Amino acid sequence: MHMADALLAPAVAATMYAASGVAAGWSVRQLRREDEPQQLPTMAVASALVFAGQMINYTIPGTGSSGHLCGGMLLSALLGPQAGFLSMIAVLTIQCLFFADGGLMALGANIWNMAFYGCFVGYYLLWRPILRSKRNISMPRKIIAASLLGCVLTLQLGAFSVVLETTLSGITELPFGAFLALMQPIHLAIGLVEGAVTAAVLVFVYRSRPELLRDVDAADGTGTRSVRATLIILATLVVFVGGGLSLLASSNPDGLEWSLFGNEEAGYSANMGLDEDDYGVASNAAETAAAVQEATAILPDYAFAGSDSPAGTTVSGLVGSVMVAALAALICLVGRTLREKKAAKHSA
Amino acid sequence: MNRAEQALRELHEMDVLAAGSSPVHALCPAAKFFTTVLYIVLVVSFGKYDLAGLVPMALFPVLLFQCSGIPMGTCFHKLRFMLPLVLTVGLFNPFFDRAPYLMLGGLTVSGGVVSMVTLLLKGTLCLTASFLLMATTRIDALCAALRKLHVPGRFLTLLLLTYRYVGVLTEEAAVMSDAYALRAPGQRGVHHRAWGPFLGQLLLRSMDRAEELYAAMRLRGYHSHFHYALAAPCTVRDAAYLIVCAAAFLLLRFVPVSELLGGLLVR
Repeated sequence: MHMADALLAPAVAATMYAASGVAAGWSVRQLRREDEPQQLPTMAVASALVFAGQMINYTIPGTGSSGHLCGGMLLSALLGPQAGFLSMIAVLTIQCLFFADGGLMALGANIWNMAFYGCFVGYYLLWRPILRSKRNISMPRKIIAASLLGCVLTLQLGAFSVVLETTLSGITELPFGAFLALMQPIHLAIGLVEGAVTAAVLVFVYRSRPELLRDVDAADGTGTRSVRATLIILATLVVFVGGGLSLLASSNPDGLEWSLFGNEEAGYSANMGLDEDDYGVASNAAETAAAVQEATAILPDYAFAGSDSPAGTTVSGLVGSVMVAALAALICLVGRTLREKKAAKHSA
Repeated sequence: MNRAEQALRELHEMDVLAAGSSPVHALCPAAKFFTTVLYIVLVVSFGKYDLAGLVPMALFPVLLFQCSGIPMGTCFHKLRFMLPLVLTVGLFNPFFDRAPYLMLGGLTVSGGVVSMVTLLLKGTLCLTASFLLMATTRIDALCAALRKLHVPGRFLTLLLLTYRYVGVLTEEAAVMSDAYALRAPGQRGVHHRAWGPFLGQLLLRSMDRAEELYAAMRLRGYHSHFHYALAAPCTVRDAAYLIVCAAAFLLLRFVPVSELLGGLLVR
């Protein structure tokens, strides 16, 4: 789910940097208050572990494909939300800087999409309430439920943010609803797999060293239902809820469609009042596009559309680009020749 | 070679590149950092159809590759994860934006195709700029520069320690993956019965290692502050580099260089 710089407009990237920066600043402040110097090496090793853990492929039974570990939930379960968030930032920064996984400008958005939801939303909304619940459920089952639901929820939120950020940046022509319909189901499946892997690791840690996990009561180890049965119930629940929501979403207009066309059939307002049937190929917009096509067809020689723009949209731009490319090639050639000469001089 | 070994190889490769010597390597990390950020912001700010305006921006990475002696192939190998994602997003543009934008002889090129190519070029240029920053700057030198810019020291120490331990734990994960693969030939990935113990054992060992690491740090005099050995001050040359680059980027951003050059040949 790493976003590239090219998928974001500078204003959106700056907003996401500001949001992630506030969360990071608050986390640093909270940790400073705790004043536990030994926590820093633990955070570093845990971050490195998440990085290494994501290099391992886990076979998904019956599919032949493989999944990976969800870092945000694992780190917040081990270190708490603030330390987990900062550790995830370290992982994402190293992935961005050394592996070109995400971009420097998109780092703020990636931190928000992958670290914020996993560490804060996942921890405060699911991990802590589920693990502190007084219901008569065994601790491994609570861990499985929290991991699975946490991974699914945080990945869904992350995928939604990716769609929102890309659409707000005006990067893709894909309509908001279609993009959302493409992203959410894929991440539902990924969330289930990541949740299962994360749950397996955390249950192992609970059985070996329960004191390493946050909000865990080591004495609470009883329960009647097997781990496998819990997994099956949770997976069915998540797929049912996810599928049900998708059906619900498809029967109503999405936010963008709703704002343009309204939903008078269902008793809602007309909003911008555009005619949905006439807003496609045969609309005024399409006629304008056809007029542009006609205009470009009668222009002499080769031309970009709308050549009245002073910014230059004529073919000279294209020729100029080729000239720049040639210049770049020339620079490479000169550089290589100079280096070869230098190497020859050194060897002589 | 498994994924962990591949990651290790790439980390080592970046370390070797960053330890090189060239005029670009010698520049102050802060100057390089600000130049890279400005470059990326300006590249991304180009309009989605402004392909002609964007092309001259490629001169900056080309020049840096030549001045630093960094091989281009290493960079393009790293783009293999991100570019397909950018392409996937851009691939829909030709289907949804069919308005004609450019005539090439009898061939009409739609706005969607132009915006898709522009998006790909933007993605390539931004990732290349980030790569060049890290291929010519050691991470400890960059962290030292960021500390001077008041980035929280606690976070920078975490980043440096994580970077140090990413290599160690990835190596351990690579050995474990190899050992598992040898015991389970023909099996793709770790079987679901071993999901918990496989990474869980590494996790438990890592937590013990963290305690040893903290004890070792305390023995060497660590008291919540990290001292940077490579905190080189910025000189007039670094300031000149930043100013010249910023001026050139702004010129390329706001003056249609491609059209002016092309206008010399085409009327």
